[in-house]
Amino acid sequence: MLDTTLDSLDLRGDFYTRNFQPHPSENRLILNMGPQHPSTHGVLRVILEIDGEYIVRAEPVLGYIHRMHERMAEVKRYEQYLPNLGRIDYLHALAWNWAYVGAVERLMGLEVPKRAEYIRVITCELNRISSHLLWWGAYLLDLGAFTPIMYAFADREIIMDILQRITGSRLTYCYYRFGGVSQDIDDKFIEQTKELCKYLRPRLKMYKDFVTDNIIFRKRVEGIGIIETEILRKYGATGPVLRGSGIAYDVRKTKPYSVYSEIEFDVPSYELEDAFGRYLVRMQEMEESLKIIEQCLEQLPAGDFILPKAPKRPKPPAGEVYFTVEGARGEIGVHLLSDGSAYPYRLKLRSPSFSNLSLFPEVVKGTLLADAVSILGSLDLVIPEIDR
Amino acid sequence: MSNYSKSQSIREGIWSLIVGLKITAKNFLKPTITVHYPRETVPTDKLEGYRGHIELVPKPKDPFTPKCIMCNLCATVCPSGCIKLVTVKEPIEEKSKSGTNTQEDKKTAKKKFKKKLVAFELNYNYCSLCGLCVQNCSVKSLRFSKDIYLAGYSKEEFEYDLLARLRAKAKVKSAKELPQKNSEG
Amino acid sequence: MISLAQIPIPLIKIVVGLLGILIFIGLNGLACVYLERKVAGHIQRRPGPFEVGPHGILQPIADAVKLVAKQMITPKGADPILYWSAPIISFAPAIVCFLPLPFGPSLQNISINIGLIMVLAFSSLNVLALCLGGWSSQNKWSLLGAARDIAQSVAYEIPLLLSMLPIVLLTGSLNLADITAYQGAWPWQWLVVKQPLAFIIFFVCIFAETNRAPFDLPEAESELTAGFHTEYAGMGFGLFFLAEYSYMVVGCALATILFLGGYQGPVAPGWWWFLIKVYGLLMVMIWVRWSFPRVRFDQLLNLTWKWFTPLILINILITALVVKLI
Ligand code: SF4
Ligand code: SF4
Repeated sequence: MLDTTLDSLDLRGDFYTRNFQPHPSENRLILNMGPQHPSTHGVLRVILEIDGEYIVRAEPVLGYIHRMHERMAEVKRYEQYLPNLGRIDYLHALAWNWAYVGAVERLMGLEVPKRAEYIRVITCELNRISSHLLWWGAYLLDLGAFTPIMYAFADREIIMDILQRITGSRLTYCYYRFGGVSQDIDDKFIEQTKELCKYLRPRLKMYKDFVTDNIIFRKRVEGIGIIETEILRKYGATGPVLRGSGIAYDVRKTKPYSVYSEIEFDVPSYELEDAFGRYLVRMQEMEESLKIIEQCLEQLPAGDFILPKAPKRPKPPAGEVYFTVEGARGEIGVHLLSDGSAYPYRLKLRSPSFSNLSLFPEVVKGTLLADAVSILGSLDLVIPEIDR
Repeated sequence: MSNYSKSQSIREGIWSLIVGLKITAKNFLKPTITVHYPRETVPTDKLEGYRGHIELVPKPKDPFTPKCIMCNLCATVCPSGCIKLVTVKEPIEEKSKSGTNTQEDKKTAKKKFKKKLVAFELNYNYCSLCGLCVQNCSVKSLRFSKDIYLAGYSKEEFEYDLLARLRAKAKVKSAKELPQKNSEG
Repeated sequence: MISLAQIPIPLIKIVVGLLGILIFIGLNGLACVYLERKVAGHIQRRPGPFEVGPHGILQPIADAVKLVAKQMITPKGADPILYWSAPIISFAPAIVCFLPLPFGPSLQNISINIGLIMVLAFSSLNVLALCLGGWSSQNKWSLLGAARDIAQSVAYEIPLLLSMLPIVLLTGSLNLADITAYQGAWPWQWLVVKQPLAFIIFFVCIFAETNRAPFDLPEAESELTAGFHTEYAGMGFGLFFLAEYSYMVVGCALATILFLGGYQGPVAPGWWWFLIKVYGLLMVMIWVRWSFPRVRFDQLLNLTWKWFTPLILINILITALVVKLI
C-alpha cells in the first residue's frame, strides 16, 4: 500500500490523504466522511473508498478531539482529576466517575458505605437511561427521522433535572468522591425518581410503537451490519455491541462491583448480530435500568453517604489497580499506577467506544453508504471518549 | 402458508405506519413544552441544587465580611486554578494588642501583622463547577450561587471579584432592610 | 408602434396569468415554509418559529430576506454556467406547471387538451436541474446526491405516470378542466372512490417526485450532508427550496384535480375548495415527513418496481375492462 518511491511521494495533505489512494485501475472515489459530517456525531473522520454507493474500504481517522486526559492525570492531584472524568464520555459521565473513584478506593482500601453504593447505582443507572435516550434520538436522526430525538430529549430533560438537584450539574457530572458521593439524596429525589419510573414505562412503550415496530425503520436495521463473534473477539468489543450479537457479557453481572450482586436484573442479549439486535439491547436495557432503580430505592439503607474518614486529598500507597465498570457503551476500565505521591504516576483509560469503533471498517465493507451511517449509529460512539 | 404470512407482514407494515402517524398526531395536539426564555424563565423548583459559580458566605453577624480565613486551600485544590486570593498584610493596631490575652491575639501579636482579604478573584471561564473548593473549605466560606442567567460579550466579564460581589449584595440587602426597620420602629 | 389593442388577447392572458402564478408561488412558498415549521414544531412539542411577528408569522419573510441578501458563492473548480443555471432550470418549469391547472371553474390559464402531459413533462425537468447542480458543484456529496436523484426518478416516474392512466381511461380526456368536470360535487362522486389504489400510489410517488421524506434521498442530510445542494448559498439554495415547495403544490394540485374533484365541493364550488384540498394534502405530506425515517434507495426501487408497477398495471387492466364493458 505504502508507496515510497520518490516521484510517487506526494507531500500534499496529511498522512491519510497521501496513503489512502483508490485502486488506480478501477472507477472508485475517495470520500471523506467527517470530521464535520452530520452523522459522525462530533469530530470523527472516516475515509471511505466507494464504488458507486458501495463501500470498498473504510478507515476511521482519530485524534481530532484528543485532549490528553491521560497525561493530565499525571500532573494533577488525585482529587483534582475528578472533573476530567465527566468530560471523557459526557453522555454517561457518572460511569467514568465511578470507574476512577472505584480504582482509587481499591488502591487505598476504602470501604464505601452501603448507602453511598446504592446512591451510586441509582444515579449511574439514571445516567445510563439518559445516555440511551440520547442515542436513540440521534440514531433515528441518522436514519432520517427527526421527531424521535425531540421526544427523547423531553424525557432526558426530566432525568437531568432530577440529577441536577442532587449532583449540581446537568451533563458533565462530578458527583462521586473517594469513599462516597458528594451529597446525600433526599426524599424529594426518591419521590421524583419513582415518578420518573412510572412516567418512563409508557413512554418506552410509545417508543416501541412509534419506531421499533415501524416498517421503514425495521427495513433500515434488520440484517444491516452483521457483526460476527469472531470480529467482536478480535477487537474487544463490549457493551450493547457485544450483547447485540448474543453474548451476554456485562461487567455488572460477570464481575459484580458495588451492590449489583444484590439486585435482580437481566442482561438483555439478542442473537441477531445486526443493528436491530443492538437497538433492541439498548431499548431493553432502559427497562432493566428502571427495574434496578426501583429496587435500589426500596432497599436504600440509612447511613453515611460518604465515608466520614475519607481523605479529601488522598495519597494512596504505591501500587497498581485496574477497575472496570459497565458504561452505557461498554466496559470502562481505569488502570491506575501509583508511586505513593499525591499525583497518579500513570493512568490508562480503556474506553469502550474505541474498541467498538475499530471493528467498523470490517463490518462496513461492501455495504451501502446509507447502511454505513446506520451501522455507525448502531455502535453508539461518543467521539471524545474515543480520543480522550 | 408463506403467502399468508407474507400478506400478514405487509398488513402489519402498513399498520405500523398508521400507528406512527397516530402518535405524531397525538403529540401535535398536546401543548408544547418549550420555555420561551426571555419572556418566561425556568421555574425555581427546577433550579434547586443548581450550581452557579461559587460565592463567599458572609459571617452570620456581619454580612460585609466573608467567613474566609485566607487559608488558600481552595486555590490550591482547584483543578482549573481559577481561584486567586489577594491579601495584604496590615500592621496590627495597638488596641487589640492591649486587650485580653486570647489565643488569637497572641498569634497575631507575634506576627504583628494581620492578613486582610482585599479581593477573592474567580476566573469563571475556567471553572469546571466540580465543587472541590466548596467541599474542601474548612470554615464553609464557599457555596454555589444560583446565578443562572449569565451572558456577556467578553471573557473579562466572567472574571469576578467575589469579595466585592459579596459586599455589593450585602449593601443592597441592608438598603432594603433599613427602611423596613425604620418603618417598623 | 403597436397599440395596445393589437396585442393578441391570449398573450395578455398568459402574461397576466404568469404574473399571478409567480405571486402565487411566492406567497405559497412563504405559507408552506411557515406551515411546515409550525407543524413540525408542534409534532415535536415545541412552538416552531415564534419570535418574528406574532407567533412567528413573519419568520418566512425574514428568512427570504436573509436568503436574498446572502452572498452567492461559487465553489472553486465548479462550472459556473451549469452551476448557476441549475437552480433556474429547477424553478422555471414549476411556473409552467401551474399554467394548465384549473384553480376554479373559470380560473384556468390555458385550457389545452394535453394539460396533464404538459404538467408531467415540465415537472420532470426538475431531475435534470438537480443532476446539473449536483454534477457541477465539484463536490462528492453533491455528486452522490445527483446520482441518487437519477436513480430515484427512474424509480417513481413510471408508476407515477401509470397511476394517472386509469383516470384518463375513465374520463377520456387529458384536459385537466374536463377531468374536474367529470367528477361531481360530493365526495362519493370523486374519482378517489373509484380508484383508491391509484390514488395511494400516485400520492406516494408524489413524495418521491418532490424529494420529500421518507424519500428525500438526494438531499438526505444525515448521509449526504445536504446532497445536491450542499454547495449552494443564498438565492441559489432559495430557488431550489422554492422549486421544491412549488412542485409539492403542483403534485398536490394534480392529486386534487385527478382524484379529489378539483374545485368542486358540496357547497359553492370555487377556487377555495381547490385550495382547501391542496393544503390538506400538503399537511399530510408534512405530517408524514416528520413521522418516518428515510428509506434506502434500493428499497425505494424495490417498492416502486416490484409493488407499485405491477399493482398499477393490474389496476389499469381492470379499469380498461370495466370501461370497455360498461
Ligand atoms: S478554603 Fe475557604 S477559608 Fe480557605 S481561602 Fe478558600 S474560601 Fe477562604
Ligand atoms: S468549582 Fe472546581 S473548578 Fe470551580 S473554582 Fe471550585 S474548585 Fe475550581
